[in-house]
Amino acid sequence: MTPDSCEGCLRHAFLIAHLAPRIAGLLGSGNRRARGLLGLPEDDLIAAASGRRVQQALSFLDALDVELERDRLAEGGFLALCTHAPSYPARLRDLADPPAVLFGAGRPETVALLAEEPAVTVVGTRRASPYGTEVAYALGRGLGACGVPVVSGLALGIDGTAHRGCLDGGGVPVAVVAGGPDVVYPRRHRSLHERVRETGLVLSELPPGTAPYRWSFPARNRIMAGLARMTLVVEAADPSGSLITAEFAKDLGRCVAAVPGRVTSSLARGTNNLLKDGATPISGTEDVLDELFGVGVRPADGLRESGPAPSDPFLRAVLESAEGNDSVEGVAGQAGRGVAETRAALGRLEADGYLVRRDLGGWERAGC
Amino acid sequence: MLAAVATFTLEGVRPQEVTVEVDVRRGLPTFTLVGLADRAIRESRERVRAALLNSELYFPQKRLTVNLAPAHVRKAGPGFDLAIAVGLLAASGQVPVEQLERWALAGELSLSGQLRPVRGALNAALGARRAGYERLLVPEANAPEAALVAGIEVSAIPSLTRIADMLHGRWTPQAARPAVPDPAEPPPEAPDLADVHGQDDAKRALAIAAAGGHNVLMVGPPGAGKTMLARRLPGILPPPSFEEALEITQIHSAAGIANGRLATARPFRAPHHTISAQGLVGGGSRPMPGEITLAHRGVLFLDELPEFARSAVDALRQPLEEGRVEITRGQRMLDFPANAIVVAACNRCPCARPPDRCACTTLELARYQRRLSGPLVDRIDLVCQVEPVPAVELVDDSRESRSHSSDVRARVVAARRRQLARLAGTGVLCNSDMDARLTRRQVPLEADLAARLLAIRDRIRLSGRGHDRVLRVARTIADLEGREVLVERDIDEALSYRLDAWQRVAA
Repeated sequence: MTPDSCEGCLRHAFLIAHLAPRIAGLLGSGNRRARGLLGLPEDDLIAAASGRRVQQALSFLDALDVELERDRLAEGGFLALCTHAPSYPARLRDLADPPAVLFGAGRPETVALLAEEPAVTVVGTRRASPYGTEVAYALGRGLGACGVPVVSGLALGIDGTAHRGCLDGGGVPVAVVAGGPDVVYPRRHRSLHERVRETGLVLSELPPGTAPYRWSFPARNRIMAGLARMTLVVEAADPSGSLITAEFAKDLGRCVAAVPGRVTSSLARGTNNLLKDGATPISGTEDVLDELFGVGVRPADGLRESGPAPSDPFLRAVLESAEGNDSVEGVAGQAGRGVAETRAALGRLEADGYLVRRDLGGWERAGC
Repeated sequence: MLAAVATFTLEGVRPQEVTVEVDVRRGLPTFTLVGLADRAIRESRERVRAALLNSELYFPQKRLTVNLAPAHVRKAGPGFDLAIAVGLLAASGQVPVEQLERWALAGELSLSGQLRPVRGALNAALGARRAGYERLLVPEANAPEAALVAGIEVSAIPSLTRIADMLHGRWTPQAARPAVPDPAEPPPEAPDLADVHGQDDAKRALAIAAAGGHNVLMVGPPGAGKTMLARRLPGILPPPSFEEALEITQIHSAAGIANGRLATARPFRAPHHTISAQGLVGGGSRPMPGEITLAHRGVLFLDELPEFARSAVDALRQPLEEGRVEITRGQRMLDFPANAIVVAACNRCPCARPPDRCACTTLELARYQRRLSGPLVDRIDLVCQVEPVPAVELVDDSRESRSHSSDVRARVVAARRRQLARLAGTGVLCNSDMDARLTRRQVPLEADLAARLLAIRDRIRLSGRGHDRVLRVARTIADLEGREVLVERDIDEALSYRLDAWQRVAA
């Protein structure tokens, strides 16, 4: 694969990687957002970020052999698209500071798919509740099954779960990471990172091998917001990195959507506030598809695996009352038979795919 | 002069015969005790001296040597007092020795010469019978317990003077009456299942657990009644047979918690979650039975299972698999019986609030559930939920469909009888003890049922082990319902109790 990038852009990208620790020091721990910094031209960037070590940065640029780096990228099978490349995602050009080069690991044809299909960015908290996890998975799976690329950050919690859902739904995941595209972070997502590379694409504005920095997380959020037509926040506290992504999307004039959460839960404060500010409420894959393509244009079919409702009236009654009842006695009371029979019915409904069991007790209906 | 007297000590819960040899000869008046005796035994010299003098017997001012044989076994406790005293009497010619060869004795002395009860009298009686002694002499307080053993004469001895009289033929003790509970007297009131309002699901699970010997996990918030339910499990298990009761009494006698009578109820042990591995499975420099052994033939309740030390729960592996605990200390190896049904309880999540107010993240949940993995959870066959009963139902006594422990027990006994008949000759007594091979042989499924289960396996990601567990539980359900051939309902119900469903943890 020939890296599709010009010399100037590559120099810029490698300069940012070189200055990454300096940028981290510059921003300190308070204001973590490198607003506008990354878009500066070479000289200004050096002046702004390198401080007293201007000479060091300049000699780094002098020593940088772009041809050699290009060969190395090609050797590693990495993708490198600069802003001047025809296949550079057009939507990213809307950003005030589009990444000079987009490095990628995975299937190159995904780039073309991103141009054809409107993608959805699904983000959310790393400390997800079971509810958030479930919704993120279901949405990822639903969108994946309908051929909508799911962009996310490969972080713990909602991000990773959305990707997992997308992969399980047979879709194409696109991960935008804070380090180099080959750097697995967090470590726990090693296998997920691999799966995403196999079926989709892992993107980053930092060259392969670069470690993630605190500032590069909000920085990559702008890329996520830029790549997709819609940014969907599944569960977010306030403040939260996902809200930064939503803000970028709003600034770009893209659609911002959120999944409503419990008003008493601090984990849902961010998303509920987004909804108050006018974000599109999302309660399922269908809502996303309607928003992207227009109502009913692309139906979310092929998702429900369970067939028609069970024919046995008792089974139907148990199915109806299984959700929302924490205890088996409750289900039995509503369905009107003893616990042993109700247990048998629950076991049967689960075996037949109508119900899934929640982690420590309780059942809920399969599919979303 | 030399005399030898037989007595018994405890090796764990097993009786170990010890021969007390006493040598009395001329020399400087000394009193030496050899044979790996602990402090309590060495102190018995003082008790023996005072007891002899206070009983108006003669304490020889000679060179006295007492040896406890076998000399390599470490001995502990005050139970040797009586044997040493009687040995001294015999060796100094104060009592005839002929009968002592055929008798064994055990007891602690008070300074006045009265006899005090010892731990493990029942064990001593079993050991003495096996060793072929005709008569066992024990303190009065131990006699009813020791007399439970048939085939050996047990004599209750009040004091040292009486033993001397007895050996001289001047006094004959009455035969001790075994402490078998009077059939006319009703057994002590056990907690009844009917005391628990609602909770039909947990009651059903407990009935299945009792019928098949399955371990149970109860999930629910604090205060929902998990402990109350668990306490009622011994009452629905079949009453212990005489042999089982002897086993239970023997263990409790060795641990010093017996009430001096034959155990009529199965034990219920509920150790606190701060217990150590040693406390749970037994051990110590003088190995003592652990909670799992004290719960032998009964129920071990582990409330707040995730709070138990990992090492303690993991130590349950061997007892759960083999029904016994093996403890190696120095050169000795002891084994304790440890065959109990384990009932564990935990909350649904670390915050323990109802689902609609729970604020736990998936990470916290995953961490909580990870603490529930390991050998114990691998042996749990049934999970049930215990939700708080609505207040209306708590005060409402009109819905009197509540079943009493005695009714449930009758069904459990019938189910056990079916199992015994089916499993005859396999060495296994109940469904939960069947291994994988036996399960597949003993739980044959009709072709369409087998095909259905096979189809389900993939959908719900049932492991091989999980599959066998479902079969075993289904077998027990069928036994409880009085069916010899499994029907679909049994499998369905068993599926709903399985644990591995929530073992897949979202990261």
